[in-house]
Amino acid sequence: MSFINYSSREINCKIVYYGPGLCGKTTNLQYVYKKTNPDQKGKLISLATETERTLFFDFLPLALGDIKGFKVRFHLYTVPGQVFYAASRKLILKGVDGVVFVADSQIERMEANIESLDDLRINLAEQGYDLDKLPYTVQYNKRDLPNVAPVDNMNKLLNPRNIPFFEAVAVTGPGVFETLKNVAKQVLVELKKHY
Amino acid sequence: MYEEEFGKIDEELQKLYLQTNAKVVFLVDKNGQLIASAGETHDIDTTSLASLTAGNIAATGGIARLLGEKEFTILFHEGEKDNIHISLIGQRIILVVIFDSRSSLGLVRLRVKKVSEALTKIFTDITAKSDREKSEGKIDESPFAEISDEDIDNLFR
Repeated sequence: MSFINYSSREINCKIVYYGPGLCGKTTNLQYVYKKTNPDQKGKLISLATETERTLFFDFLPLALGDIKGFKVRFHLYTVPGQVFYAASRKLILKGVDGVVFVADSQIERMEANIESLDDLRINLAEQGYDLDKLPYTVQYNKRDLPNVAPVDNMNKLLNPRNIPFFEAVAVTGPGVFETLKNVAKQVLVELKKHY
Repeated sequence: MYEEEFGKIDEELQKLYLQTNAKVVFLVDKNGQLIASAGETHDIDTTSLASLTAGNIAATGGIARLLGEKEFTILFHEGEKDNIHISLIGQRIILVVIFDSRSSLGLVRLRVKKVSEALTKIFTDITAKSDREKSEGKIDESPFAEISDEDIDNLFR
């Protein structure tokens, strides 16, 4: 749930990037970090192994500006994508306000995408959330690779509700901010409904 | 969070900070959001510290459940110069005390225990107050009801 501090006039929202191992969740955060003004961002914290695989989470605080005199801050988190980090993955979803599902567009990773999406649903349900009711965006990453699945196919498999989706290349940037903006907007619209 | 209660929380933290001779004292919610702090916070990245502390508590909670414990309420990390004492209050708020050789673990534990009771009461009051207001149908003059699409777009300029 968004944390609203009336005395310091701040709103903090938590956005989690979810997806299978090596789909580019951390890369998304790294690109956002690289491209935002120093005064808008905090440190990018990565709890990773020596081979730069996410072990627990990455964390990036972003201050976007003001709404009605309240400072709006987004805390971006990624989960460890590898299957055997399931226990850690669950923990990161606590108190989530919005989810980005990053799918790997390579044909051979389709099964991993589906498995990860199921895992997301189950883990959210365990915390009492319903993916269909949360602010949620899908990103089809790695569109620059030669062996990618057509977007229509991916939509059929991963996005049956046809919610907003974005094609992206997180390494070089296309689609990264579009995805973030979309989910952030949904979070703020949700905030408007509940307060 | 209400102004009045926030003042009380701040007061308790200041008191703890002075009584324990600590470097920094702060309060974080379980989701990693910083609620309040006292002491020499200027050269510490409190946002990151808050999120990592919450991650730490979450991981420890996970271990506890695996072992059939409900929770481990106190974590203590000892460093060469600085030490960090983390405790869970009322199962939802995390109290963090960072201290060096000017203080001691025994003193910190004792004072934390005392202030925990006071803080638990404040947070129970807050919950009761917000429940009461909800049931009375009292709607705060919320600034968010009037957020326009334009406001949201402006954030992303």
